[in-house]
Amino acid sequence: MSRTIIPFGPQHPVLPEPLHLKLVVEDETIVEAIPALGYVHRGLETLASIRDYNQMVYIVERVCGICSCIHAMCYCQGLETMMNVEVPSRAKYLRVIWSELHRIHSHLLWLGLFADGFGFESLFMQFWKIRERVMDINEATAGNRVVISVNVVGGVRRDLDKTQQRWILDELDKLEKELRQLMKTMLDDYTVKKRTVGVGVLTAEQAIQLGAVGPTLRGSGVAQDARQLGYAAFDELDFEPVTSPEGDSWARSKVRFMETLQSMDIVRQAISRLPDTELAAKVPGKPTGEVVCRVEQPRGELLYYLKGNGSKNMERVRIRTPTFANIPPLLAMLPGAQLADVPIAALTIDPCISCTER
Amino acid sequence: MPTHSEILNATPIAADAVVAQARSMFDQGYRLVTMSVVDLGDGNVDIFYHYDLNNEMTHFRLTHPKDKPVPSISPVYFAALLVENESRDHFNLQFDGLVLDFNRTLYLDEEITSTISAPFCKISTIQKKD
Repeated sequence: MSRTIIPFGPQHPVLPEPLHLKLVVEDETIVEAIPALGYVHRGLETLASIRDYNQMVYIVERVCGICSCIHAMCYCQGLETMMNVEVPSRAKYLRVIWSELHRIHSHLLWLGLFADGFGFESLFMQFWKIRERVMDINEATAGNRVVISVNVVGGVRRDLDKTQQRWILDELDKLEKELRQLMKTMLDDYTVKKRTVGVGVLTAEQAIQLGAVGPTLRGSGVAQDARQLGYAAFDELDFEPVTSPEGDSWARSKVRFMETLQSMDIVRQAISRLPDTELAAKVPGKPTGEVVCRVEQPRGELLYYLKGNGSKNMERVRIRTPTFANIPPLLAMLPGAQLADVPIAALTIDPCISCTER
Repeated sequence: MPTHSEILNATPIAADAVVAQARSMFDQGYRLVTMSVVDLGDGNVDIFYHYDLNNEMTHFRLTHPKDKPVPSISPVYFAALLVENESRDHFNLQFDGLVLDFNRTLYLDEEITSTISAPFCKISTIQKKD
């Protein structure tokens, strides 16, 4: 049978990210998928050589428009290790709260986009209606909806007073109730399952060999999550990775749905145990040495390699984002799939091309 | 004890041992986290290979001349193809045996053929021809 190459993207194939795949098809069956990148490369790693290391906190937040806070946290934690800075406990807990709020709104964004991807518009709107209230929490507590700039090297810039804490807890109770009402539709509906079950299967062995991270890895049954490393205050909070063994698109959506609920619980735990300390420690000197730091973004493990040479500029800031790691697994999921299933399978790695290209 | 943030302690490795080491890590079930490249400014680069097993990382450091090809580990770890191609774009490194070689156009447009050195490892401007 003759082969045809179909371009998938970069102009909004299923999500407003410039994801571009060259799909080699026989009839409507995918034979091979070849990625093409470069639409939003901004050279952010190179900026580290001309910006002060403190200014880089705000630049790394711009790597991703969704999980900005977690990028800044990873960068700051790496520098704090390099400069031997002990971050106050309250700052660690506040970092957990804001980063989990980011995970909640990122997963809700994805759940809505996924519903939109298989044509369930009303479900899409329900997820985004809930997400909007999480954005309100971000705006009220940090001054902005997404790029909240709460992290600094040594701690955080903002605090949560008692009134705000009570309001967040009240809001989370309402949001959890509303989200649970959508669980049956998202995970049990016949039509939804027809589009997701058995689509884009990735076994646990493949997931590890291909370097999958985050819900893409855990949706194949591998219980690995960088939060297990105990960064910020995660070593003092009750938390187990959410997994699902099926390895298909349904499993990855289930992991994200359950992680959203789990993040609400983590925020509650963090607020209930919020210590009363300073918000930031003094940071002496300039960064020198090499550090590797990892955290868990909504899309998966994020790695920063940092090299300082004693000057105000970093010699090297290397960022490996989760979508960068999840593209090879996506390339392995697609061969054998039908063309109509490509948007669904591609969405289930939650691709963020801004992150990928930096 | 696994940690989220560590002072880098990388084991030096020679170029001719990189692929065999990757094969050994693969067989032991390690996940390739990524590779990191640092331009040392003296004609050499440091290439770090970051591996993970059950949240514990192992790092290798290859110090290598910029103008000599680096053995590709993509035949062992398919996931390396993106980071090796990215390193070609960023640092103009050459990799021997890449399973899918974008030939310096992972990020660049295929029409751009005139740049000799890598464009992303320094601040510069590229004029695209009409």
